[in-house]
Amino acid sequence: MCGIVGLFLKDEALQPDLGRLTGLMLRELCDRGPDSAGFAVYGAESRGTTKICMVNRNGAVDWSGVARRLGAAIGAEVAVETVEDHAIFRTTGAGDTARKWLIDNVPGAWVLSQGQSIEIFKGVGDPAAIVERLGLTARTGTHAIGHTRMATESAVTVAGSHPFSTGDDTCLVHNGSLSNHNRLREQLARHGERFQTDNDSEVAAAYLASRLRAGDTLQGALENGLKDLDGFYTFVVGTRDGFAVIRDPIACKPAVIAETDDWVAMASEYRAIAPLPGAGHATIWEPAPATVYAWSRAA
Amino acid sequence: MDAALASRNSVLDLAQMSLREVNQLLHDNRSGDFLIRNPRGAHALACGLDGDLNVSIDGHVGYYCAGMNKRAHVTVNGNAGTGLAENMMSGLVHVTGDASQSAGATGCGGLLVIDGNASARCGIALRGLDIVVKGSVGHMSAFMAQAGSLVVLGDTGDAFGDSLYEAKLFVRGTVKSLGADCIEKEMRDEHKAALRQLLDAAGVKADVPEFKRYGSARKLYHFHVDNAGQY
Repeated sequence: MCGIVGLFLKDEALQPDLGRLTGLMLRELCDRGPDSAGFAVYGAESRGTTKICMVNRNGAVDWSGVARRLGAAIGAEVAVETVEDHAIFRTTGAGDTARKWLIDNVPGAWVLSQGQSIEIFKGVGDPAAIVERLGLTARTGTHAIGHTRMATESAVTVAGSHPFSTGDDTCLVHNGSLSNHNRLREQLARHGERFQTDNDSEVAAAYLASRLRAGDTLQGALENGLKDLDGFYTFVVGTRDGFAVIRDPIACKPAVIAETDDWVAMASEYRAIAPLPGAGHATIWEPAPATVYAWSRAA
Repeated sequence: MDAALASRNSVLDLAQMSLREVNQLLHDNRSGDFLIRNPRGAHALACGLDGDLNVSIDGHVGYYCAGMNKRAHVTVNGNAGTGLAENMMSGLVHVTGDASQSAGATGCGGLLVIDGNASARCGIALRGLDIVVKGSVGHMSAFMAQAGSLVVLGDTGDAFGDSLYEAKLFVRGTVKSLGADCIEKEMRDEHKAALRQLLDAAGVKADVPEFKRYGSARKLYHFHVDNAGQY
């Protein structure tokens, strides 16, 4: 069992409240996933700047030193901001190159996300405390995805917490378990995907990122996933301007979607949607098996 | 709140009372009318009732609402989460919206009416409860259903009535696919009468001839000596 939430804002006036509302949702699902938690926020962008989020593994990291070395390695300015045990690097250099360099050269930390808009934060322990410690409530943006984890497939570590992200501005949260992730991980690694954990959900994230890089639309990537991913899942996927929900054909992992004129919300259970403004008047439905539900700001 | 102080027609507000207080109060009263406000998706609300209570819930409920219900009439003015009216024994449970997975699972008696859709595994392992769904049902509905009825005014998902025993299934819409050992059967007079009674009880105006009946081919659940090697 895990808890997942997603909130996609249609009304720009709500953007200052994105973090607060996502925090309310996540708090409701603490008991579905008391091991660990994490969230992805799609927030402020500055043109041509890539943000890379990292978290330390088991002790302080000299983040300023990492920024200097990264800057020298990729030949671009790198600024760093720290949030508790996390660091956010900002650079005009190539994001993919920077991510690879950080994975190879900073063994004391994990890379959580990379992109113009996305920022990912995660931790181990009580989800409500993680939300508080990492300052979700104050964060602003267009859409957010969160997860509370009850581990089944790999160890309870910060790296095993969701969301998982391996591609530019793409992330995934998962409730369920995959059975063909080891073989798929090998195949994806042969095609250049970089993995940081043994977690099945990271494989799903890498699979979708690889499909999107190959030119699939979000809808198309998820439909291909129905053929290639074997196991139980409800996924929520975020991209820079989009948000999607899909359940496997057996659909035993719960999901409910609610939509108003102002927002679209997805959660494992309705009680996580209840605190949202106007939830009482939302159109609410249970997503059908093997069906993609997607929203985009571009559309 | 002291149960003795609870009057009939009580309003129980989950914004003011804990879930446990509300359920305890319903258990302590063997009769009376209660209106529950602000359920906000709470789990196990109005479970295990045993008495001539009328309980109305304004809003969406979470998992296992009205489970094991006996005699009471429970109305949810909203949607219900997983396991609605699970193992209900008697009485009436009515949901005005949709119900999630496994609605009416293992139900032994009484009537469950869902005005909207029910998702996967509606009426799984049914043992005597009658279910009327005014919308559609999801895949694997009536799986291994032993007794009772499932009436669906809309369509069904895949594998309807898989491994069915003796429950009676009536569908007005389209059956996406039938499960193992489930077949369409002749609608005889006694089935027409039973269906009419169920539709009337659920307040449905639909005409009996619009429905098809499905039941067990009875090839799967009897021991067959040719299959001895399979065990």
